[in-house]
Amino acid sequence: MTTETVARIPLVDYLVLEDPPHLVAHECTSCGARFFDRRNACASCFGTEFRSAELPTEGELVSFTIVSFAAPGVPVPFVAGVIDLDGTTVRGNIVNTEPDTEHVTLGMKVRLTTFSIGSDDNGVEAVAFGFEPAS
Amino acid sequence: MNDDIFILGITMTKFGKHPDKDAVDLGAEAAMNALADGGVTMADMGVLAAGNLMNAAAGFGQQLQKQIGQTGIPVFNVVNACATGATALRTAIMAVKAGECDMGLAVGVENLAGAGLLAGGFGKPDGHTWEPSGRYGAVAPVDGRIGTDTMPGTFAQVGMEYLHEHAYSGEAFEMFAKISEKNHSHSTLNPLAAYNKLMTLEEIMGDIMIAYPNTRPMCSANCDGGAAAVVVSAEKLKTLSLEQQRRAVKVSASVLTSDPYTEGCQVLPDVNTLTRSAATQAYEEAGVGPDDLDLVELHDCFATAELVHYDNLKLCEEGGAVEFFESGATWRDGDMPVNVSGGLQSKGHPISATGIANIWEVCHHLRGEAGDRQIEGATVGLAHVIGLGSACGVHILEKAA
Ligand SMILES: [Zn+2]
Repeated sequence: MTTETVARIPLVDYLVLEDPPHLVAHECTSCGARFFDRRNACASCFGTEFRSAELPTEGELVSFTIVSFAAPGVPVPFVAGVIDLDGTTVRGNIVNTEPDTEHVTLGMKVRLTTFSIGSDDNGVEAVAFGFEPAS
Repeated sequence: MNDDIFILGITMTKFGKHPDKDAVDLGAEAAMNALADGGVTMADMGVLAAGNLMNAAAGFGQQLQKQIGQTGIPVFNVVNACATGATALRTAIMAVKAGECDMGLAVGVENLAGAGLLAGGFGKPDGHTWEPSGRYGAVAPVDGRIGTDTMPGTFAQVGMEYLHEHAYSGEAFEMFAKISEKNHSHSTLNPLAAYNKLMTLEEIMGDIMIAYPNTRPMCSANCDGGAAAVVVSAEKLKTLSLEQQRRAVKVSASVLTSDPYTEGCQVLPDVNTLTRSAATQAYEEAGVGPDDLDLVELHDCFATAELVHYDNLKLCEEGGAVEFFESGATWRDGDMPVNVSGGLQSKGHPISATGIANIWEVCHHLRGEAGDRQIEGATVGLAHVIGLGSACGVHILEKAA
């Protein structure tokens, strides 16, 4: 008997897929500012030392838009949102709910969720994240 | 010595479709009209600052000189997103203020009629093997997968974030649509606007949704257009004719800011902090306050953006933008007329021209030359632009004594 493991890769390097899936940030060791992309120096205090910081997976939707018109190839409609994860602001799509203002509201509680966006020629599965209603 | 700076001549072309004119043609039209408006020629100019975002690498300023006069003066080709025009003007003002010359020309022009979304998109198709690339190590394009990169969506979130911060509980869509209703109504008096058709609230709300809560007429219109301004030192102005002195408009403040670090700015551009900072500096520099303003042209690239800038420019109490708008203050017959030109939603937004065209609008009123849409007795006005990235220009203008 063999256990088949599917190789997986996160859509972006600040998404960690294991135990349970969560986001990480580069945190400035002098001022605590957090960045999702690599930085040469801290935009806030110019410090150059960073450590990894795990972000909570639950937060509050502080802004959103329902995009109905996007560039070719981008499926619409979708909800783009800004989420406050206990003091760290992140962006992500609001998923697993209808993309309308009945179901998506300012201040709603959301939690991180992940989903496959397909496999490549080597069978590696790319995994993206979004936020779903947490109520 | 008086180191004040004045606008001596200024014009904008008709905004809209100019299929027979390229950027250089539109720039030449704007520049030659601004020179004529100021009663001067290229021989008087000591510096040229020029912006054309879509052909940023082309040396637009030098191309323009070849059509209107090559005099060997320094040219600064500037780029600052939607604040490019204001940046060109700011550059010419700095040169004159520094004493490098006593007159300068600033030009901004764009050909955008028919252009679609100006940002966002998957860019390239998903690859056959996932390969991390870029500063986020993304294995596939993220626009639409991790939020949106489109301008209508970005600014929709800017407006919605304001409503959340200030615990708004009304009908967001209708409230924002009413801002657009105001600007489209104002545009009916502006013959140079790309669109000057009255639109009812029902028409605005019933139009194509682009990014909730912004429907198509709530978005700035891509179009062609140019604008140009001649600036002059106070000392030089004194040597010019009485008519030139009478029509000159004083630049009481010229401020350009970029976005300082704020938590969250990497996720949703913070268009608030740099605007508030530019406004604060401008009021200080000009020695006037928001209550002194007779009209404001602000960067309503989307209806959702106009709301937050009422607050950022301190036209209302902090947190009070909705109430301020709903009071009717920003309609042309209100206490603080905003975007009497029709704003970017109807006048149009040929990117690099915008930051000079809004100054032209204010000057037009201060000179008492705005015809049917004249704000009677206007003596002080403010013009604001913001380019994502970000750059913010605020100019305060005063009628010459
Ligand atoms: Zn730091």
